[in-house]
Amino acid sequence: MSRKAVVQPKNKLRIAIIGSGNIGTDLLIKILRSPSLECGAFIGRNLSSVGMVKALSLGVTVSADGINYIVQNPDCCELIFDATSAKSHLEHAPVFKKLNKRVIDLTPAKIGLMSVPSVNLEDSLAEFNVNMVTCGGQASIPVAYAIGQSQTDVDYIEVVSSIASRSAGPATRQNLDEYIKTTEEGLREFSGATRTKAILNLNPAEPCIDMQATIFAKVNNPNIPKLVEILEPLVENVRKYVPGYEIIFGPIVENDRIVVIARVRGLGDYLPAYAGNLDIINCAAIAMAEEYASLAHSKGSTGE
Amino acid sequence: MMERNCTISISDPTLRDGNHAVGHQLDVEQIAAYCRAADAAGVSIVEVGHGNGLGASSLLVGEAKTPDSIALEVARKNLTKSKLGIHVIPGFATIERDLKPALGMGVDVVRVAAHCSEADICERHISFSRGQGVEVWGCLMMSHMISPVFLLEQARKMESYGAEGVVFMDSSGHFLPEDVRKRVELLVSELSIAVGFHAHNNLGLAIANSIAAAEAGATLLDGCARGFGAGAGNTQLEVLVAVLERLGYRTGIDLYKILDAGDLAEQILMQKIPSITSVSVVSGTAGVFSGFMRPVSRIAKEFDVDPRDLFFELGRCKIVAGQEDMILEVAKELALQAAKGGK
Repeated sequence: MSRKAVVQPKNKLRIAIIGSGNIGTDLLIKILRSPSLECGAFIGRNLSSVGMVKALSLGVTVSADGINYIVQNPDCCELIFDATSAKSHLEHAPVFKKLNKRVIDLTPAKIGLMSVPSVNLEDSLAEFNVNMVTCGGQASIPVAYAIGQSQTDVDYIEVVSSIASRSAGPATRQNLDEYIKTTEEGLREFSGATRTKAILNLNPAEPCIDMQATIFAKVNNPNIPKLVEILEPLVENVRKYVPGYEIIFGPIVENDRIVVIARVRGLGDYLPAYAGNLDIINCAAIAMAEEYASLAHSKGSTGE
Repeated sequence: MMERNCTISISDPTLRDGNHAVGHQLDVEQIAAYCRAADAAGVSIVEVGHGNGLGASSLLVGEAKTPDSIALEVARKNLTKSKLGIHVIPGFATIERDLKPALGMGVDVVRVAAHCSEADICERHISFSRGQGVEVWGCLMMSHMISPVFLLEQARKMESYGAEGVVFMDSSGHFLPEDVRKRVELLVSELSIAVGFHAHNNLGLAIANSIAAAEAGATLLDGCARGFGAGAGNTQLEVLVAVLERLGYRTGIDLYKILDAGDLAEQILMQKIPSITSVSVVSGTAGVFSGFMRPVSRIAKEFDVDPRDLFFELGRCKIVAGQEDMILEVAKELALQAAKGGK
């Protein structure tokens, strides 16, 4: 541990990652690159898992003790990324609260405020537990929000996400129902639509398809110029933390529905660039954590 | 072979796959009347719902005229001997929102479906349904896209989740009889559960492929009245029953009554009898989901592209069922290429 203290620059926010699957491992790589975050612990349940081996090779402190590691070493972090499962997060959340740790929840457990940095960063900063909705939610909610802001009488919004089969691990496959429910709730909350629906497709094509989200909406008298006006700056905002985010189709009105297609190419950190679904939720989570870090830093300096 | 297997169960998705052909607009009167006719004929399973199954009414695929709950309620009232079946695709239908209420309405048979290589997304829906005491089948859609050995691996997963049978679906109408025979033989020899087959008629082979499946040991076949189904339609049920009878298989179906059901279906369900149009031949050859026929026809007109080019390009992109949104993207690309003057 003392070796780390020498290596790590000061003023970085110490974080821990719990969950050593695809999401957790990709987060780790992004955090090691962050100017304002440092990893205090990478926690899973099996030291020989692929993610753990990767973390060890990067010289990060690892543990296979799950949440007990944080309970026993509360000083390992100020903020925790929970990349386990919805079920596990429900068990973890009260423990983190007791330990007074900030939490960025990447599972669909949805205990805390749903957070999409391009839309509600300010509100999220006030919360101790924020939920990153879902990958499809991060990709589609900026568009759904723009529809809500620009159209009157938004009756219905539907989001169809397609992801490469290779980017969907066992947890994703087991949790399709939770994904759907949480994405639908996020869409409703951010767009104000009366009804919402989320659909997820896995496509096994090789070479792998890029993650895409298609947003359909039924509104009274669609106003496309106004939608474009609100959507464009939002997309630029998303691109600040996910450079591979782009609108590749629309907005247009086709068959009495507004259609917009967003494509997400990832940074290709742990998984290849096609896995934009993992990248966008992680980039959003890192954007949140970096805001906390700058906030903590400014508070810290005034306090001293 | 005939000694081993001389009884074939018929599952009839006229009121589910047929919904693709009419933009998911089947109404309660149509559902009630056809259920009565199929029930009277002795069909084993009558499948009812939106073309993509439970919870699939959407802007993506098409909004259903009749909500799932109403369709199931009406079907339940009008079936006495036939079992009431539903098609359930995880990613569209969830257990809480869709499956629980459907089982509450008295569904007898749940067929949980996934793209052929993605069986593991069915685990929770299959095991939940088994736990509720209903008959559960796994369905592997677009099965021409993987090898027989890969198909077996996926079918084994469904067996391990608790499926009592597995149906592999030629959702594009792409198979030749030999393709079907190979797959059924492998599945029958390696699985300890029943094997079924669901055909589409894009290449005029739905009956031949279904018979190949039966002769190779499949014990459940799908057939629709007049072939009423997505694209070029499914296996024509009345013909299938007559051919199976000639071959000496028992289906439990009364020939005259299933012919009556076919006549009724023609009168009251369909705007036109499914036929193999030029575009259907391309769709089957390209190996694209049959349910894409209506949206491809519409979007090809809107973007002024040849629907045949659009189908071949969708096939090249390996688009799967449920990716109707990609039709727009691909049509736009084709239109752009055409505008640039080269292809």
